[in-house]
Amino acid sequence: MNIPTTILTLIAGVAITLLSLWLGQNNHLLPIAATDNAASVDGLFNAMLAISVGLFCLVQGLIVIAAIKFRQRPGDETDGPPIHGNIPLEILWTAIPAVLVLGISVYSFEIYNQMGGLDPMNHSGHIKPAAQIAMQPESMTSGLLAASGPEASGDAAPQPNFAAGVGAKPGEMAPADMTVKVMGLQYAWLFTYPDTGAISGELHIPVGKDIELDISAQDVLHAFWVPQFRLKQDAIPGKTTQLRFVTSVPGTYPIVCAELCGSYHGAMRTQVIVHTPEDYELWQQSQLALLEGVGDPQAIALASVSAASKTDSEFLEPFAEAMSMDMTPEMIHQIHAS
Amino acid sequence: MTQAIAENLPSSAPPPEQGHHSPTTWRTFFSFSEDHKVIGIQYLVTSFVFYLIGGALAVGVRAELATPEVDFVSRELYNQLFTVHATVMIFLWIVPAGTGGFGNYLLPLMIGARDMAFPKLNAVAFWMIPPAGVLLIGSFLVEAPGSGWTSYPPLSLVNGQVGEMCWIVSVLLLGTSSILGAVNFSTTILKMRRPGLQLTQMPLFCWAMLSASALILISTPVLAGALILLSFDLMLGTNFFNPAGGGEPVVYQHMFWFYSHPAVYIMILPVFGMISDILPVHARKPIFGYKAIAYSSLAISFLGLIVWAHHMFTSGTPPWLRMFFMVATMIIAVPTGIKVFSWVATIWGGKIRLNSAMLFSMGFVSMFVVGGLSGVMVASVPFDIHVHDTYFIVAHLHYVLFGGSVFGLYAGIYHWYPKMVGRMLNETWGKIHFVLTFVGFNLCFMPMHWLGLQGMPRRVAEYDPQFATVNLICTIGSFLLAISTLPFIFNAVWCWVKGEKAPNNPWNALSLEWQTESPPIPTNWVGEPPLITDPYAYGTKSGRKSIGAIRGSDLWAAKS
Ligand SMILES: [Cu+2]
Ligand SMILES: [Cu+2]
Repeated sequence: MNIPTTILTLIAGVAITLLSLWLGQNNHLLPIAATDNAASVDGLFNAMLAISVGLFCLVQGLIVIAAIKFRQRPGDETDGPPIHGNIPLEILWTAIPAVLVLGISVYSFEIYNQMGGLDPMNHSGHIKPAAQIAMQPESMTSGLLAASGPEASGDAAPQPNFAAGVGAKPGEMAPADMTVKVMGLQYAWLFTYPDTGAISGELHIPVGKDIELDISAQDVLHAFWVPQFRLKQDAIPGKTTQLRFVTSVPGTYPIVCAELCGSYHGAMRTQVIVHTPEDYELWQQSQLALLEGVGDPQAIALASVSAASKTDSEFLEPFAEAMSMDMTPEMIHQIHAS
Repeated sequence: MTQAIAENLPSSAPPPEQGHHSPTTWRTFFSFSEDHKVIGIQYLVTSFVFYLIGGALAVGVRAELATPEVDFVSRELYNQLFTVHATVMIFLWIVPAGTGGFGNYLLPLMIGARDMAFPKLNAVAFWMIPPAGVLLIGSFLVEAPGSGWTSYPPLSLVNGQVGEMCWIVSVLLLGTSSILGAVNFSTTILKMRRPGLQLTQMPLFCWAMLSASALILISTPVLAGALILLSFDLMLGTNFFNPAGGGEPVVYQHMFWFYSHPAVYIMILPVFGMISDILPVHARKPIFGYKAIAYSSLAISFLGLIVWAHHMFTSGTPPWLRMFFMVATMIIAVPTGIKVFSWVATIWGGKIRLNSAMLFSMGFVSMFVVGGLSGVMVASVPFDIHVHDTYFIVAHLHYVLFGGSVFGLYAGIYHWYPKMVGRMLNETWGKIHFVLTFVGFNLCFMPMHWLGLQGMPRRVAEYDPQFATVNLICTIGSFLLAISTLPFIFNAVWCWVKGEKAPNNPWNALSLEWQTESPPIPTNWVGEPPLITDPYAYGTKSGRKSIGAIRGSDLWAAKS
């Protein structure tokens, strides 16, 4: 009971600091980090968590101690001391948060830069030769899916309207290893692979490759989110946004729509399969075989464009599973309605 | 000091403003009364009724989320539930209760005015609320809005015209009411102060109301603009925001958040002010750092206007703009931190009365700190890209608006109820209310941080079954939260009729609103209101005596 207050304060301070630092490292609050940059974001989160835990314990501790130590004793009707302020103290608690948020800002800026968020060119997109665009299966989905976007015009393909996402690392403006077109629609994601012409309801990518997603939406706003990548980007009708990343851990992760898009918003989920290079090769072969089976890509494109030649359920069959829900005729109707 | 007032009562002639006033009965509260005290109570009771309705909607949302499947309500109804829940809680509960309720009731009393600057306008502002609320809630009978309280196009343009128009008209009415209120508050504070009372001698609630009013006046018209354009797109087929016709949906987001970020401060600033006025009374110590708290309100108000795009870090916002909004948002932590530390320093070393008002105030500071810290986290762009539109945000916003605003509103009710009603609330029931609210709140919202970090998006009726257990805990917490209102309602209603009679100044407080009767007469004071130059002079014997002993007219003469 005779321990001086200064010593107690010191012990409490050390304890709070240790607790904060420990929680900052061992919180297990985030799912696994499947890209390199995801690990950096986690580092940022851990640092902010440590600071937050420390500050919370400080304020909460003071309030609880005050409530116990300075509670009114029975019969004591007097007032506390008339202290109106303390300038040095006030400067201190203005300066400390200022320094902390400045530090967090600089740290966030660094991580954001590392992710490629600051790349000033990432919204200009990559202009591809017109011939390649014509070959892109985009044109086969466009008639079917894209509303009245500029892409619908096929060969002429005017420069799409790009908005900023998270791009390449600065100084790495080389084209990505692989580009996938992502289309959000009520209530599914469609992935188109320009290299092979394949379309899928799940995203298949090889591990360790520089991937670019060109994200757009057909009807309303959606948001493409892979929690394990720590990446999210709105899909905006009439615009293309971009995400660029390199995965580091093969596996299967959920793709979640994060922007309210209608009644089945919660069901708008699919997955991304990060393949090992060999597996990816196999998957690509299977897709090519699938395309061969039907005929040459041109024919597929035509067949797909004229979706009216198929019934709704025939067309959507390949995607229904990936959408992880039962397709009701009413929903299929909705997808086609716009 | 009761002596001073009692002595005043028979001697002073009724001021000329008095006249046609009949005694306040329950009928007065259903009339077009121009008395700021009646209007204040009208606001508080009406908004509390809407709070219960909004709470019931939230219970519906949580009941649906008790299991991962869609089994309690239809998907469409689910979206309508959370849309109307948010709209009610913001526009019909916290904003009208914080600004309209406490602002109306307290401002004139705190600055020694007999009423607000524009009493008729004040009544008009209040009477716009019931029809707007009825329209919004009534839309469930036809078709309720279901595009979220953000009502982003293009979804809001395809989700059903009737519901969307109900929402737009309702919010436009409520926004107009809020603007009319703000005109009144700012004019009253700036022009109606008792002669001799300087701005820096006002209770801090007045500073907070001044800051909040400025925000309302600057930002609400922009929301009105956005909603009117949205209604054109919806009803007339224009294409301001509709991408199908070349419109720009992201522009709507900018206009919407230009109001809706400041709206957070419109909801929290009055509560900051109330806490700054409640803590010193029950801790029996002067407020620590009066000027720092007063000016930090203004700083928050200014900064609050230049951070809106932190809600749009994944909306294709250009990179450098994201960095600007990130840093601006983080800077708000500085004036907010000043307030929090000042409050802690205020109670430190006091003689704390741990009554319900104090418990809710301390609960407010604790819970608001959690929301503030997670607010700094989500200001960070790389982290926000992960948690934007997830349950982490749901947790964060409820720590700010429930742990913050609602705890503060309860603290205000426990503190000023004796003044408003003339009877004391029961302390035991108050403490039961506090414990249930505190436990229910944390049980409901703390686990949501984890849900969001792990990958659960917000506004979903169905979710990954791996989140089932934690969601069930949240749901149980929300039910507890619903139950926690029962002791409060019982207490407030019972004591209104049968409660122990309140003395004029039951807390022995020094600010002006306590230096009159409970409840105050229609003209607030018999004769001149006293001049109180330091409403926080606790602990100074002379300071306390002077206010009680000296009559208003003496002080007036001395000062001017
Ligand atoms: Cu979606
Ligand atoms: Cu905001």
